[in-house]
Amino acid sequence: MLKLDAVAKIYKVGAFGGRTLTAVDDVGFEIRSGEVVSLIGESGSGKSTVGRMVLGLTAVTRGSITYDGADIATLPRKAYYRSVQGVFQDPFSCYNPVFKADRVFRMIKEEYFPRVAAPEWDAKIEESLDDVRLNPAQVLGKYPHQLSGGQLQRLLIARALLLDIKFLVADEITSMLDASTRIDVLNLLADLKSRGLGVLFVTHDLSLGNYVSERTVVMHRGHVVEMGLTDKVFTDPRHPYTAKLLSSVPQLTTKWDDTPAVPLDILDYGAAALVEVEPGHLVRQEQSLRSVN
Amino acid sequence: MGLRVNDLKVYYQTLRGEVKALDGVTFAVGDGEILGLAGESGCGKTTLGKSLIRMDGRMRHTGGTVELDGAELPIGDDRRMNRFRFSEVSIIPQYAMSAMNPTRKIGKMVADLLESRGLRYRNLAGELERRLDLVELPREVLGSYPLELSGGMKQRMVMVISTLLDPSLLIADEITSALDVSTQKAVARTLVGFRDRGFVRSVIFITHDISLTYQIADTIMVMYAGKVAEKARADVIVNAPRHPYTKLLISSLPEVGVRYADRKLAGIPGSPPSLLDPPTGCRFRDRCPLAHDKCAEEPPAVEVEPDHFVACWKA
Ligand SMILES: Nc1ncnc2c1ncn2[C@@H]1O[C@H](COP(=O)(O)OP(=O)(O)O)[C@@H](O)[C@H]1O
Ligand SMILES: Nc1ncnc2c1ncn2[C@@H]1O[C@H](COP(=O)(O)OP(=O)(O)O)[C@@H](O)[C@H]1O
Ligand code: SF4
Ligand SMILES: [Mg+2]
Ligand SMILES: [Mg+2]
Repeated sequence: MLKLDAVAKIYKVGAFGGRTLTAVDDVGFEIRSGEVVSLIGESGSGKSTVGRMVLGLTAVTRGSITYDGADIATLPRKAYYRSVQGVFQDPFSCYNPVFKADRVFRMIKEEYFPRVAAPEWDAKIEESLDDVRLNPAQVLGKYPHQLSGGQLQRLLIARALLLDIKFLVADEITSMLDASTRIDVLNLLADLKSRGLGVLFVTHDLSLGNYVSERTVVMHRGHVVEMGLTDKVFTDPRHPYTAKLLSSVPQLTTKWDDTPAVPLDILDYGAAALVEVEPGHLVRQEQSLRSVN
Repeated sequence: MGLRVNDLKVYYQTLRGEVKALDGVTFAVGDGEILGLAGESGCGKTTLGKSLIRMDGRMRHTGGTVELDGAELPIGDDRRMNRFRFSEVSIIPQYAMSAMNPTRKIGKMVADLLESRGLRYRNLAGELERRLDLVELPREVLGSYPLELSGGMKQRMVMVISTLLDPSLLIADEITSALDVSTQKAVARTLVGFRDRGFVRSVIFITHDISLTYQIADTIMVMYAGKVAEKARADVIVNAPRHPYTKLLISSLPEVGVRYADRKLAGIPGSPPSLLDPPTGCRFRDRCPLAHDKCAEEPPAVEVEPDHFVACWKA
């Protein structure tokens, strides 16, 4: 459904755009409908840049992104956004505090469904609120400060669902939420997935990626270092960077003190290629320049 | 001897009324102990940390006492507290990294701070450098501006500065929350190292992340809506919690070592009550699956086993 092929993004930086920064290099993977793929990496690894390119918010420098076989750069914007939407980290910043939170729905109606009659539209809203397990009486007509972060984030997902989207880019959508409500948003993604939605789940939190996704893509400094089935990548990591990340995650089942430290080499991804170490499990085989800690 | 907090009440004065952010909190932290303070956002963690060192203008010490190493800590008296700050009680505040003055070199900043305590930079420079070596920061950082340091480096720098005078108590408020996992691990372990070397005697480690607390804390205290819900040894909180809130919180955490293919975790329905007008009785009542009539009365904290305190009628 959505396919990235050798995608690169080079930003111009510096006072007059004189220098360049390769934020994403040679990233390629595919997400099918009814599948959640998590994109994992530490800050600055290029995850959001990938998400923004998929959403057409920034252009690819090299490579291509196709949706159902068509290059997204050639698709009419409005049609594309009826199928593909994004939800981001901070639900609070998506609402204007002086307006009621459900104004985000009205904006969708004005933009995409101006001719739909009111009763029909209300029914549609109820349906999508139901999809995200929000009680209309509890959220409609309320100001943002009267709702919790979890409710606001679910409203934004409901808003995306009004468009009958087929694909969702979810970029750190639970990082502002408490543990007690975060899991509900993850379960919601799992529900939507079982109804055919494809999801790119961007996160720095490995335990969340492990919980929701079938497949995992691990990025480091703009490169995919490892990808494959989530079970495989998490239980049998083949790339030292993945192993390092996993050994750092705090867990309730083991203590750091009981797990050996994983040294991480300084890696030069330069021209290194991804190699298939077992069916569907790809690992970058770069040179190690130097070993640290 | 450590810290003893007894029935502490600290309220915020607002136009809409008093926010009862700490409403009768009792606990102790022993010498050499790292106490992890956990709970959902808004439960009062930061308020507790600030109360022990510097209250902001809207906070009022409404009741209760604090004792540090056997002597009363005059937390409600800003002027008298000055004697204790930095030397006896020190804090690494939430967002400490961005709070560093960007236009002042780090070494100069340390000198200013020491001078404000009537101390000479020259006399402590040797110790400062030894500690920089220990946390693997090059001595040149003293000549740099905060902007020139990475997140993890800044956080280690703040840790070195705040413990330079070997305070009895260090409060660390969400010090790793903005860091990546591998940096987070390094910073958290550095904190344990500081305790082991005696740079600080006791630590209150505040975080919303129970898995992280579990890695380094000796004891975990879980707060809910301005009150202590449960406090026990870290492994007891994680493996044998007794308070319904702690149980639900722990069981809502996904783990990397586990397969979830056909198993779903559940969150806690609802959200914490407003502390402007908190409900009477147990504050967890409207979210608690075990709530019953008795819960309309406030449950006292009971020591159900040695050093395991629970405030719940059903525990
Ligand atoms: N608009 C931009 N202009 C210049 N550099 C950018 C821009 N957006 C991101 N970057 C840089 O690209 C790299 C990757 O950023 P990002 O995709 O946000 O990573 P992540 O989401 O994994 O934290 C970083 O070095 C970041 O500073
Ligand atoms: N300056 C303030 N004025 C009024 N209320 C405040 C202020 N700071 C915090 N609060 C309230 O006090 C309670 C506890 O907040 P806080 O201690 O910051 O919680 P935590 O650190 O656990 O997230 C919350 O209900 C919060 O809204
Ligand atoms: S006192 Fe009652 S409402 Fe409160 S946690 Fe215990 S059982 Fe639940
Ligand atoms: Mg990002
Ligand atoms: Mg806080």
